[in-house]
Amino acid sequence: MAREYTGFWRVLNGPQEIGRGPVFWCLFAFVALGLLGYPFFGSVFALSNLANFCLYIPMGLGLALLWGYNGVLSFGQGAFFAIAGYVYGIIAGNLLDIPGGTLLAAVGGIAASAAIAAAFGYFVFYGQVSNWIIPLLLLVLSLILETFMAQTAGYQWRVGSVLLGGYNGMTNVPSLEIGSANFGGASIAFYYLVVALMLITYLGLRLLVNSHYGHVVVGIRDDVERTRMLGYNVALIQIQVFVVAAALAGLSGILYVSWGNYINPSSMGLLAATLPVIWTAVGGRSSLLAVLLSTVTLRWLADTLAVRGGEYAFLVMGILLLVTMLFFPAGIVVTLARRWLHQKSMYRDLKQNGAP
Amino acid sequence: MSLGYVVSLLYQYVDTIAFLLLAALGLMIILGVVNVINLAHGELIMMGAYITTLTYNRAHLPLPVCMVLSSIGVGLFGMLLERFVIRRFYDDKLGALVATWGVSLILSQGTLLVFGPSMQSVPLPAWTFSYGDYSFGGYRLVLFVIAIAAVLIAWWVFYYTRLGVRTRATMQNADMARALGVDTRHIYLLTFGAGSALAGLTGALYAPTTTIVPLMGSQFVDVAFITVVIGGGSNPIVGALTSAALLSLIATPLASTLGTFSGRIGLLITALVVIRFLPRGISGYFQDIRYRHMARVAS
Repeated sequence: MAREYTGFWRVLNGPQEIGRGPVFWCLFAFVALGLLGYPFFGSVFALSNLANFCLYIPMGLGLALLWGYNGVLSFGQGAFFAIAGYVYGIIAGNLLDIPGGTLLAAVGGIAASAAIAAAFGYFVFYGQVSNWIIPLLLLVLSLILETFMAQTAGYQWRVGSVLLGGYNGMTNVPSLEIGSANFGGASIAFYYLVVALMLITYLGLRLLVNSHYGHVVVGIRDDVERTRMLGYNVALIQIQVFVVAAALAGLSGILYVSWGNYINPSSMGLLAATLPVIWTAVGGRSSLLAVLLSTVTLRWLADTLAVRGGEYAFLVMGILLLVTMLFFPAGIVVTLARRWLHQKSMYRDLKQNGAP
Repeated sequence: MSLGYVVSLLYQYVDTIAFLLLAALGLMIILGVVNVINLAHGELIMMGAYITTLTYNRAHLPLPVCMVLSSIGVGLFGMLLERFVIRRFYDDKLGALVATWGVSLILSQGTLLVFGPSMQSVPLPAWTFSYGDYSFGGYRLVLFVIAIAAVLIAWWVFYYTRLGVRTRATMQNADMARALGVDTRHIYLLTFGAGSALAGLTGALYAPTTTIVPLMGSQFVDVAFITVVIGGGSNPIVGALTSAALLSLIATPLASTLGTFSGRIGLLITALVVIRFLPRGISGYFQDIRYRHMARVAS
């Protein structure tokens, strides 16, 4: 018999996520402790690499929330990622001497992504368009933004003292600073910041999807009309979820710029727009945990393949996406987890009731 | 404002309409009949351009023959795609979107690996004419004539052939069409092939006007997607015509005064405003009006 949890634990351990038993939480704590203890024996290079893989997790989880839990597919997460990165770069580059300037820039960057998402969401969600129109228009938005940023080379394209840099991108963007701590890409502080944000995002979203609000979000995915008839403001909730997903993509964008001190237009282009969709589809969009795992794994895989040339990495990603959609429509991690849970319950039935 | 300037604006308008129609018509027919969005449409256009370029430069065939070959080749490829990928996603539009996205990545990156980053392009047929101080490329007018011809042929097939009757029956109610003996799978296969062949033709026709690169599909798909969203899939032919006419009316003056980027942004904003009020596009709106009229007549 399953143990009954109450209050906070009941919500955290709710039905909208696959890992729920004591075994899962032990493993979770083990991995979290391992991540926290890694700086004591890992090299600075390995730490910086791992931080680079993990900083994409908020973007991946945001898309899992939007697509897997709310049924709205987005090809615009790359655009929101890059908008936040660029706005952060512009504000931080102009506020170099002011203490807390980078923090203000981070808030500004996320706010810019969220604002554009809200404006876009107003049109599509209040228009009650069919679900295929939204990814299409977001793809167009990404393409237009990329073409625009790619032609901003030259001295006339600057905001304050920051050059936009055209196709070569914006360089020398200052890293995030909070008080006296500098979160540069190769620092242990940055690693801890990424790990903390990743855990907070995962647990926070887990609480969100299992709360009453989260059940309404899932209800919209399963049947828009029925949820509307039950008296919920579907368009408003969809806009809220869309804005949260865009803000999380923006958070990843700011972490990325702080890590590499650099951003260029290809990070908002066609290929960048596909990556979050691939992570979410391959892992399994109906589980935050699966998306978290696949984001890190596929980021690592792409990085390893990119040594041979970027086109190999994208070719393998495309094949992976097609194979997943054809043979594991629910996602590879989710399919395996479900199969395992199913076998476990069959085994338990067998032990309790004897052979059928 | 001289008469020459007016003619030049008209020429640009006609050029934009031809581009929008050719880029979007195939996608729209597939959306209307098969009810899926093919995100690999841009890559099918790219394939058409590559086949034309290769057959022209390597096999030295006459240009029109190359173009027909591209159209047939891409059409056959589209039928394969339908048989092995699209067929699994008839009732799952988002799934089809994501799966065809995978196809598009494989095609563009595979082309990059096989043929390299760029290719010697086909020379532009040098027909020109001038009016007043302006001189125009005659090839663009040929494109416009072909675009209109494509719409007319699609219209003829839809409304004046047995195949068209079966296709429209499938669009209206696939279950009922099946019950009356229409092989809807066959219709879907043929429609997808025809839409792909149109994409191949588009790529072939525009091959002389652009640089041939593996990612060239993306310069077609953004306008194609906007045209499809505004037109809606309820009636592909009406949708494509009205939406292309409206969009080029907006994009032509914007692009000629403020630049291509403003033109594209103008298109995106138009799309957002249109779907805010007509969520099923222009052709969906016409369909609603017709149904309302039919309901009034019936009661």
